[in-house]
Amino acid sequence: MANVFTNIGDWVTERAPNMMPMYRKHMTEYYAPKNFNLWYYFGSLAIVVLVNQIVTGIFLTMNYNPSAAGAFDSVQYIMRDVEWGWLIRYMHSTGASLFFVVVFLHMFRGIMYGSYKKPRELVWLLGMLIFLVLMAEAFMGYVLPWGNMSFWGAKVIVSLFGTIPVIGSTLVEWIMGDFLPADATLNRFFALHVIALPLVLLLLVVLHIAALHEVGSNNPDGVEIKKGPKGNRWDALKPADGIPFHPYYTVKDMFGVGFFLLIAAFIIFFAPTFGGWFLEHDNSIMANNLVTPAEIKPVWYFTPFYAIVRMIPSFAGTAVWGVLAMFGAIAVLFLMPWFDRGQVKSIRYRGTGYKVALGVFVIAFFGLGAVGAGITAEVIPEWFGNVDLTTWENAFGRLMTLLYFGFFAFLWAYTHFGWEKTKPVPDRVTMHD
Amino acid sequence: MANEVVDHGRRRFLTATTAVVGGLGIVSAAVPFIKSWEPSARAKAAGAPVTQSLKKIEPGQQLIVGWRSLPVFIVNRTPAQLASLPQQDSRLVDPKSDGSSAAQQPKYAQNETRSIKPEWLVMVGICTHLGCVPNFVGEMKPEPFDPNWQGGYYCPCHHSRYDMAGRVYQGVPAPKNMEIPPYNFIDDSTIQIGVDPKGAA
Repeated sequence: MANVFTNIGDWVTERAPNMMPMYRKHMTEYYAPKNFNLWYYFGSLAIVVLVNQIVTGIFLTMNYNPSAAGAFDSVQYIMRDVEWGWLIRYMHSTGASLFFVVVFLHMFRGIMYGSYKKPRELVWLLGMLIFLVLMAEAFMGYVLPWGNMSFWGAKVIVSLFGTIPVIGSTLVEWIMGDFLPADATLNRFFALHVIALPLVLLLLVVLHIAALHEVGSNNPDGVEIKKGPKGNRWDALKPADGIPFHPYYTVKDMFGVGFFLLIAAFIIFFAPTFGGWFLEHDNSIMANNLVTPAEIKPVWYFTPFYAIVRMIPSFAGTAVWGVLAMFGAIAVLFLMPWFDRGQVKSIRYRGTGYKVALGVFVIAFFGLGAVGAGITAEVIPEWFGNVDLTTWENAFGRLMTLLYFGFFAFLWAYTHFGWEKTKPVPDRVTMHD
Repeated sequence: MANEVVDHGRRRFLTATTAVVGGLGIVSAAVPFIKSWEPSARAKAAGAPVTQSLKKIEPGQQLIVGWRSLPVFIVNRTPAQLASLPQQDSRLVDPKSDGSSAAQQPKYAQNETRSIKPEWLVMVGICTHLGCVPNFVGEMKPEPFDPNWQGGYYCPCHHSRYDMAGRVYQGVPAPKNMEIPPYNFIDDSTIQIGVDPKGAA
């Protein structure tokens, strides 16, 4: 039996000599720093979620009906009549939220340990493109059940493009294929959600990983292991502080996957709507073009960006500023490698100013999330009594917006003018033997 | 043939022209795909005028009717609500609807009440920010979002506020007053939405 496999292997190698080396380059002989910590689980977890979304998504399309007349009912049909349909849908909807959980943590890891810095700018840019496509993918998936939140979410997000002067209203009609979200809109979003964007997403993920494996992984110390001493137990020419991805990190990641699936399964079985955070109650009402839901808010992962749109008033007869600020909030993330001029990568050896700024950035992100999710609208009257909610909420939200963008401005000034007092960076990772 | 010297100028010219012609071909081929996203003939055809009786709308009440798949608000405004309109002017973006909102109503509705008859407000109920349907908050009492509320509209999406004539307040995301559609009175208690009054235009 073993002989058969060897023969097949030889047969393939004879015809495609580079197949096995590719496996070695990316798995068994990909030497990753030996000091990865908990933060390094989220990249592989994102792949696990991606696979989950693709598999459950394929099965959902088998019963879903992409039309304004049939979409809502077909989702109910999946939930009630299709054998195990509820599980497949909840796996898909929970997966969507958890995708953003792991991606946000993965991005934060990159910021914290300076993984976006030279020579990994390309890895960061490809990752940001993945994030952008992921947001488009999530939005279009949100529209497909054709509940009332789906409808109004589609209306608001597409109308963002309507604020662009001159071409805005034509552009909105072009995107929707009608004068408001309708059958045409739902059908094209379905096509984009199940075919076009997943293809782009997969391509970007391959490029993201390929670009990473060219330069090698960063680590919590922000030290380049390729510049350190050479020679380890497996290879005399490879970095001394590197260990082969397989089996070391495959086993570590499998532990992470097990833990992650435990949490995911708990949500899927016991709290699939997550109290209205993952699946909104108003979306159990069919799309109605004459009634906007009383409480309209996006799913949690869009709340910080949604809050920025809300906080910026119209000026000079156009509402484009809030939209520009929202896209700007993502654009500044793309430019991280150029805002940050500091030479030290990891937060472990960076100046106090950086640590404080990063803390403030996290607070701003959650603060904006609270505004976007309507938490401030609830707690302000509770805590401060009968005050003018709009004024208070705007003041808080605008401060958080300022702090969000302030992080990037500060980071540039702090590193450009040499105000940062860094600690000495060790020559090798701190865990070497 | 084999000994001929390579003419680089000619080669560059051919490469450039091939690229240009090929590029034009790709752009032309993209046009049908891009155009296929525009509203279809069927979508454009749906847009007939709507007739609505006003008999059962009591003072202070709002009725929503669909016109071109858009919600149209029809409100029977009370004398108190009408009296409060001029007092709002200083807090509005464009109280006379002659600035940024000049194109948001037909000429015959470009007045303080933004209507043909003062009490009857007929308005496309679409927030000028991002297209939500604002909630009708007609009662003149303090609201959490405005302690001096004199009745009007509150958008649930991004909290834009409008007065009882659909005029937008300052300091909210919406840039313009809500749109007044073309409409006319067929008789004292019936309106037709989508058609200008005779003689106006």
